[in-house]
Amino acid sequence: MPIWQPDKECMSRDQLQQVRLERLQSTLNRVYRNVSFYHRRFKDIGFSPEADLTDIKDLERLPFTTSLEVSESYPYEMFAVPLREVVRVHSSSGTMTNPRVVGYTRQDLKTWRNLVARILSAGGVTQDDVIQVTFTYGLLTGGLGIHYGAELVGASVLPTSVGRTERQIKIMQDFRTTVLVSTPSYALVVADCIEEMGLDPKTFSLKYCICAGEPWNEKMRTEIEQRLFVKATDNYGISEVIGPGVAGECLEQAGMHLQEDHFYAEIINPQTGAVLDPGEEGELVLTTLTKEAFPVIRYRTGDLCRLIPEPCTCSRTFWRMSRIKGRCDDVVVIKGINIIPERVGDVLQQVKGRRPVYQLVAIRQGHKDQLEIWVEVTEELFFDKMREQRALVDVMRQKVANFIGITPRIKLVESGSLERENGEVKLFVDRRQNS
Amino acid sequence: MLTLKSIHTYYGSIHALKGVSLHVRSGETVALIGANGAGKSTLVSTICGLVKSRKGTVEFQGKNINGYSPEDIVREGIALVPEGRQIFSTLTVEANLQMGGFIHRRNGRQMLQDMERMYERFPILRQRSQQLAGTLSGGEQQMLAISRALMARPELLILDEPSMGLAPLIIKEIFNIIRELREEGRTILLIEQNARAALQISDRGYVLETGKMVLQGEGAMLLEHREVKRAYLGKGAKQIWEA
Repeated sequence: MPIWQPDKECMSRDQLQQVRLERLQSTLNRVYRNVSFYHRRFKDIGFSPEADLTDIKDLERLPFTTSLEVSESYPYEMFAVPLREVVRVHSSSGTMTNPRVVGYTRQDLKTWRNLVARILSAGGVTQDDVIQVTFTYGLLTGGLGIHYGAELVGASVLPTSVGRTERQIKIMQDFRTTVLVSTPSYALVVADCIEEMGLDPKTFSLKYCICAGEPWNEKMRTEIEQRLFVKATDNYGISEVIGPGVAGECLEQAGMHLQEDHFYAEIINPQTGAVLDPGEEGELVLTTLTKEAFPVIRYRTGDLCRLIPEPCTCSRTFWRMSRIKGRCDDVVVIKGINIIPERVGDVLQQVKGRRPVYQLVAIRQGHKDQLEIWVEVTEELFFDKMREQRALVDVMRQKVANFIGITPRIKLVESGSLERENGEVKLFVDRRQNS
Repeated sequence: MLTLKSIHTYYGSIHALKGVSLHVRSGETVALIGANGAGKSTLVSTICGLVKSRKGTVEFQGKNINGYSPEDIVREGIALVPEGRQIFSTLTVEANLQMGGFIHRRNGRQMLQDMERMYERFPILRQRSQQLAGTLSGGEQQMLAISRALMARPELLILDEPSMGLAPLIIKEIFNIIRELREEGRTILLIEQNARAALQISDRGYVLETGKMVLQGEGAMLLEHREVKRAYLGKGAKQIWEA
C-alpha cells in the first residue's frame, strides 16, 4: 500500500529526534509568549523554554494539562493566536460543565488534512475509493476531520454522517462504497441491518473499514471483517489534540502508527504521573509539536495504551501504539474495587459471543453500594422460557463476579432505553448520590 | 548534514541565541529568516566558529565541530559567503579566488580547474580577473564572494544576506545564481531578510525571533503563513521583493 508521505513517515529515528526537538522548542516559545495559562505555569516552576529545554526529555519537567483545565479555559482562553487567525472551531463531547473548545488556523487545517490522509492511506484508501463517512458532522472533530483528509487523498467522499442505517446501506450499495468509516460498533450495526434487510454483503463493493471513536478488540475486528468482507483498521484521534489523525493502523494491523513528527507521546502511570518506559501500559500523554491555534503541552488523554517501539514491517519508522485498553479516568470504584466498564463488556461478550449494549449503574441502598448492570434485550438474549432466561442472567452474573470480585445485579431492559450521549451508550452511571 | 542542538551564544552579556536548534539535510536549501537583531548572523558566526557557543552542539556530517577554528571548519567543508561580501578589495579578482581555495593550495591543478569553472559561471569575473576587487560593482562583488566560497569546494554553502545593499535587478540575478546552485544539488543555508525571495527558492525555512526559533516548515508553507506574511513580507511588498 502506498505511504502518503514516505519522506516523513519513514524518516530515520535520528532525524525524527532533531525535527521534534526543533518543533518542540518553537511550540514552547510560542505558548510561553502567547498563552497566559502556560506562561503562568512555566513561571511557577521556574521553567524558561529557552534555557531549560535542551533535550526533548526536558519536557518531563513540565506539569500535565488536564481535560478539566481545558474545560475551564472555555471558550478561547487557551488559544495561542488571536481569534482572527482562527478559521475553524470545534468542541469535544464533554461530560463536564463546559465543553472543551479547540481552534484551528489555516495552517492547522492543512496539517490536519494531511495527517488524516496519512492514516487513511495506511488503512488502504486511495483516490480510486468511494468513502462513506458515518461520523457526526458538526462541532465534533470526527466527521469533518476525516472528510477533508479523504478529499486530499482524492477519494470520492460520501458525507452521510450518522444514523438512518437503512439509508446508509442503500447508499453503500447503490454508490458502490468501498471504504466505510465508522465506529466499530456501528460497523456491526450495519452488518446486522444488512442481514435484516435480506441483503448479501458479498455483493457490496466494500474493501476496507476504518474504525475509530471507541475502544474495541480483536474479536470485534474479526467479526467486522468476516461479516462485511472488509479489512478493518483501527485509528486514534482526540479533539483536544487535533481530532482524527493522531495515530492510525497500517494494513499489517499490528498497532497504530503515531504521527510522531507532529505529536510527542509519553506513557505515564495515571496514579503517580511517572513517565513509564516504552512498552509499558499506562495513560497516554500527548504534546502537539506543530499546532498553532490550540497547542497542548503534556495533555492527559485519559486513554490507556502502550507504545510499541519495535519497527513495523510496513517500513514506517513511527512508533505504534496499542489499542486503547480503556479510559483511566473512568475507573469506577464500587465497594473499594476498581472497575473499568469496558472490561465488564468484554466479559459479557464471552457469554453470547456478541458484545451486548450495556450500562453499569452504581446505586446506594442504605449505606451499601450496589452495582447493577443493565443490559438491553435483543433477540439473542431473549428466551420464551423463564428458566432459560434466568440461566442466562445467572451466567452473566457469575462471569462478571468472577472477573471483578463483586456480584452485580443484572437487569434486562428494553432495547434502546439506556441513557445515551452523542449516540453512544454511557457505560457508567452513578446514582449513588440520588438514591 | 548540519545539525544544531539547543545553541546558546552570548555577545558579552547579551544572550543572542537562546536554545536554537536547526538542521540542514544533504541537498537541501534551507532559509533562515528573521528581522534585524533576531540573531541570524550570530547563528552563522557560531556555525563558522567565529564566535563560541556557550551551550549546545553543532554537528557537521556526524562530527561535533564545536570549538573548531574557522579554518578547520572550512576544511570540514563549510564555506561562508559573508554578509556585506567582505571581499579583499585591494587584491585582484584572481587573488581573491586563490584565497578562497587556500585549503587546496597544494593542489595547483585543481585550483586552476576550479578557477576556470568560476570564470565559466561568471564570465564577467574573467574579464575583470586582473582588476582590483574593490573596483567591482556590488553585484559583481557578490558573484566574486560566492565564487571565492565555492573555491573551497564546500559540502555546505552558507550565504549571509546575499541580497543586502544590492539593487532590485541585481538581487534578482543573485537569487537566480542561488537557484542554479541549488539545482546543481548543492546544500545551502540561506540567511535572508528578504523573506519572500528566500522562501521561494528554499525547501524549508526557519523563523528566528529575538534569538529564539518560533516557526519552521516548508518554504511554501511559510510563504503562505499569516504570521510570516504580516511580520516579514508586508502588504504590497510583492512588487519590490519578488525575485
